[in-house]
This record gives sequence, structure tokens and C-alpha cells, in this order.
Amino acid sequence: MSTTRFISIDGNSPGYFVWLAALLLVVLLGLGAAYYMETEGHWVTGMSNQVVWGTPHVFAVFLIVAASGALNVASIASVFGKVEYKPLARMSGLLAIALLVGGLAVLVLDLGRADRLIVAMTYYNFKSIFAWNIFLYTGFMAIVAVYLWLMMERRMNRYTRPAGFAAFIWRIILTTGTGSIFGFLVARDAYDSALMAPMFVIMSFAYGLAIFILVMLAAYHWTGRPLGEAIVQRLKNLLGVFVASVLYFVIVYHLTNLYFTERHGVEAFLLLHGGVYTQVFWIGQILLGSLLPLALFYHPTLGSSRTVVAVGSALVVFGGLAQMYVFIIGGQAYPLSLFPDAQVSSSFFDGVVASYSPSLPEVLLGIGGVGIALAIVTFAIKVLEFLPASLADQDVGSA
Amino acid sequence: MTSEKRPSEACCTDPGRRSFVAAAGAAAAMMVAPGVFLYGAAGARPEDQPVTGKVRWGLLVDSTRCQEDCNACVSACEQENGWTYEAGSTTDPQWIRKLRVQNRATGHVVSMPMMCQHCEHPPCVDVCPTGASFRRADGIVLVDKHICIGCRYCMMACPYKARSFVHEEVHDQKYPRGKGTVESCTLCVHMVDRGDGTTACAEACDRDGHQAILFGDLNDPDSEISQRLKRYGGTQIRADLRLNTGVRYQGL
Repeated sequence: MSTTRFISIDGNSPGYFVWLAALLLVVLLGLGAAYYMETEGHWVTGMSNQVVWGTPHVFAVFLIVAASGALNVASIASVFGKVEYKPLARMSGLLAIALLVGGLAVLVLDLGRADRLIVAMTYYNFKSIFAWNIFLYTGFMAIVAVYLWLMMERRMNRYTRPAGFAAFIWRIILTTGTGSIFGFLVARDAYDSALMAPMFVIMSFAYGLAIFILVMLAAYHWTGRPLGEAIVQRLKNLLGVFVASVLYFVIVYHLTNLYFTERHGVEAFLLLHGGVYTQVFWIGQILLGSLLPLALFYHPTLGSSRTVVAVGSALVVFGGLAQMYVFIIGGQAYPLSLFPDAQVSSSFFDGVVASYSPSLPEVLLGIGGVGIALAIVTFAIKVLEFLPASLADQDVGSA
Repeated sequence: MTSEKRPSEACCTDPGRRSFVAAAGAAAAMMVAPGVFLYGAAGARPEDQPVTGKVRWGLLVDSTRCQEDCNACVSACEQENGWTYEAGSTTDPQWIRKLRVQNRATGHVVSMPMMCQHCEHPPCVDVCPTGASFRRADGIVLVDKHICIGCRYCMMACPYKARSFVHEEVHDQKYPRGKGTVESCTLCVHMVDRGDGTTACAEACDRDGHQAILFGDLNDPDSEISQRLKRYGGTQIRADLRLNTGVRYQGL
């Protein structure tokens, strides 16, 4: 096995600049939407006093969860010693940082007082998992940045293993923290479960790897660099395992709720008569986001097609967003239970399912976060050596 | 001269803001001078003295006296605290609202006001990343509008839907309020600190002759609220969560 050569991409083609310009436009639209929401107030969004977290949070949480998962490829190489993943480790770290920056940007820009970010950085309530997350997120970026430097600086290569190990532990804690944002909410039937933490960890594996595969396929396709079948198939099979694992957690989550009589209401809402949430759950999350990709990945003939792998990965991303939508917005749309044995009504929409439809500014802000992540990757692979010159089977090492 | 001057200096600051500052120093001051400050159950707290944990302010709502078609408590709160809502708006704040609770099995209907329950263990305070949500030593749960970043995590955490996010610009506010921050019932903290011994909602309910809301000190066994709770009992909403709410109900 030869040593992997990393070469930055030329990035001089019209295609590169059109792509980068398109991403920057998406970012600008997102920033504009955030500015509009900030100056007008949140009444211009679909969010309300009933659904307080909306589409921006769907994108933000998805990106943050995916960020920690994107680092998995690097972890497999340095923590679990699989040499064939080593050439992908730099891109894995880069994508992790980029996705986290994109997700955090959306989260911060949706704050009612985004201008008070400095307050969030200087006042802490350490009983709040949100406060912990501020450290977990910034710490993650710092650790992965150091990890990347150790990988890229030849003299420091011997330290990559401990750094990779630290990053792996940190990312598990980070996703535990993200899941616990919901897990620690005692008030709402859809959340309030220790299952959130491990479920978010496994969700991160799936979302992060799906995005990683898409970015890898696009980068190697557009640069015309060789990409072997072995690596694509290996990653695809791994993604299939992750998607099946998420499905397992989803089943356990709903089964547990179905066992508890007090949670039959929220389950009936999500699974049976929740309108758009029920549809997004069954069609978006389960059918298109889980079962179809599994069928595609493990199909005896289709599964070997690179296009099918790309479509399957895109479906996993779509399914992840659908899952976030049902979980975050559907979980809030279902009313709080103040009196379990009574029908409650008020001028403040007690006892009724809250209505929510995403507004354009919210969607633009969310997609803007995706744009930020992809723009960072697009720019970084031009200025630094993240991409191996070849991922052809003979250059990647033996399995 | 100087000692006379102090209170007038203190009065020049915004009362709402002053109460936040007082609350921040309360815990420390309590440790410095425990048992020094004694005052009547509903008496005024001198402005140069901190809030203490000797009292626990709370409300007792008698739902058997609450009239379904009456909205006096809500209107009084709006007027006293300077917020307003338009019927049907999903984004306007509602610090207090009237609930109609109909038992599914019996059809029995109960009416009651619902507001911040001023929990001893408030989930909103637990989850707030910056500490903007806080609980005063005397049990009043508040939002420091100067530290709130508008993340709305407290609204996700509150089991009572007691909090509102300010979705648009506010004008002519009486107490600190602001677009992009979260707010809720303050238990009329400015009236409590002034020694009024009541809240706008309780006052309005009395004025209308219903006397369904009683304000008082839950820590004082001789206070009317404690006496009535002792005699007739009282319920906490979502008592299963063990938040030990400062607002108790009768007749549920």
C-alpha cells in the first residue's frame, strides 16, 4: 500500500465558481431571512407561543447531529484502526466542523436576541444542558481542528491516534447533550426520555455518514479523481447498518410510549391522526427515509450502482429531516396535558393541536445553514489538502 | 440627611429592574445576615433590604368561586403589567388565561385562571442557559429581560404553558419587556415589593365580588392562605412532577 497523497483541488473551473457562488447566494438569503426575522420579530415566522421551535431548529438540530456523525469515518480509522478509512479521515473532520458551524449559525440566528450572543458566552447556568452544549460545541470544533492539524502535519502524525480518541469520546458526549435537550424535558409527552441520548447518537451515525458519502461522491465526480468501488460499497453497507439501528431505536421509543397508557394520546397523534405529522412520519421518515434506502443498499444488483448509493444516501438525509420535523414540531404541536382526565380549553390554545406551517424566512435560514456548511467544505478543499488524489481501490489499502 | 436620601435614590431606578438586582443579591445577603429582616406577611420590603426566603409568596385559587364568563383577572393583569393580546392570535403574549376544564367522564365543568405557578423547583429555571430565568428567595419566578437571549427553551420546559415569547416590538411598556425575550406572570412583584399585599388578579377578583384568588405567604402558618389550605386542602396542578408550585387550587 502506498502512502496516500493529499492534493488540494484546483478550483479554477467555471463549474467550481458557479457552485461556490450558488452556495454563497444561499448563505446570503439565509442571512437576509435572519435579519428580517430579527428586526420584524418572530411574528413573521410560522412559530408561535404554541410551537416555539420551528423549521430553523429542524435544520439546526439535524446539522449539529450530522456534524458529530460526520466525524465517524475518521474515528473508524484512528480509534478502531481500520487503515482503509484513513485517507478519508481529513475530509471527515472537515465536514464535521463545517456542519457544526452551519447548524450553530442557524440556531444562533434564530434566537430572539441573536445580538446577545455575548451574553450566552458570559452568563452560564450549569444546570442547563443548553449551557453545557455551548462548551461541547465549541470544544468539539477546537478538538477536531487540532486533530486535523495533527493529521496534516507530517511530524505530528504519531499523535493522531490519541487526538482521534479524544474527538471520538467528545462527540459521543456532544450528541448525548443534544439528545438530552429533549430528553430532559419533563413537561412534554413526546420527549422526557433517557432514550433520546443514545437515539441521537445513532441518528448522528446515519445522518453524518449519509452526508459524508454524498460529499465524497460529488467531490470525486466533479474533480474527476479516481474513486474505487470498494470504499463506496464499504461505506454504503455501514450506512445501511446505521439506518437499521435508527429504525430499531424509533421502534423501541414508540413501543415504550404505546405501553404507557398516559402516552397513548401523543402516540395516537404521531402515528395515526396527526395529519401532516403522521404523513411525514410514515411516508417521509419510515418509508422514504429508512425502508427504501435499506432496500436500495442491500438490493443484490441495484446496491452496487453508485447512483443508487447516492440516491439512498440522499433519502437518508431527507428521512433525517423528516424525523426532526415530526420529532421537534410534532412533539410541540401535541398539547400539554394539564388535566389528564379532562378536556381543557382556553384563549391560549390549551387542549388543541397547535397549527404550524413553515414560513419562507425560516426555510431560507435553515437552508442557509446547509449552504454555510457546504461553502466551508468547498472553499477548504481548495486551499488545504483534504482530498486524497486517488481513492482507487489499489490506493486505499487492503480491507 | 444621608439616611433619608437613600430610599429616594433607590426609587429612581426602574422598579422591575431593581427587583432583579435585589434578587441577584438576595442569596448572598441572606447568608450575611440571616434572621435580621423581619416584617409582616404582606408588608412592604424596605428598598434597601434584600428579598428573603422567610416568606414564600403564593396564590390560592378557589375554582368553585371562579365564574366561567368572568375575565376580570386577565384584564387587570393586562392593565397592571402592560401587555395585551388579540383574541385568536397565536403569537400575542398571555401572562394569565382562563381555563375551562371539563371532566371527560362526568362532564363537570370547572373554570380557573392559569398563570406561572411559581414552582419551588421550576423547570424553566433549570433549563435556562444564561440564568435569565430565576427564582427569587421569596418564591417568585421571574425572567431577567436583560439576560434573556430568546432561545425559548424555558417555554419548551414549562409544563403549564405559562410563558410567552414577545413576537413583535412592544411600546409604552410599564415594566421591562422586549421583543425577542420571554415573559410570564411576575406575581405582580412590584406590588409585592411595595407591600400591597395582593396582586392585580386577586384584587380584581375581589372587586368583582368573587374572591376566588387569594394572595399570601405560604410560609406563615397564620396567614389566611395557609389557614385556608390547612382547613380545606389544596391541589397543585401536575403535582406528579413534584415541582411544589406556589399557586394552589381548590375545587378541582
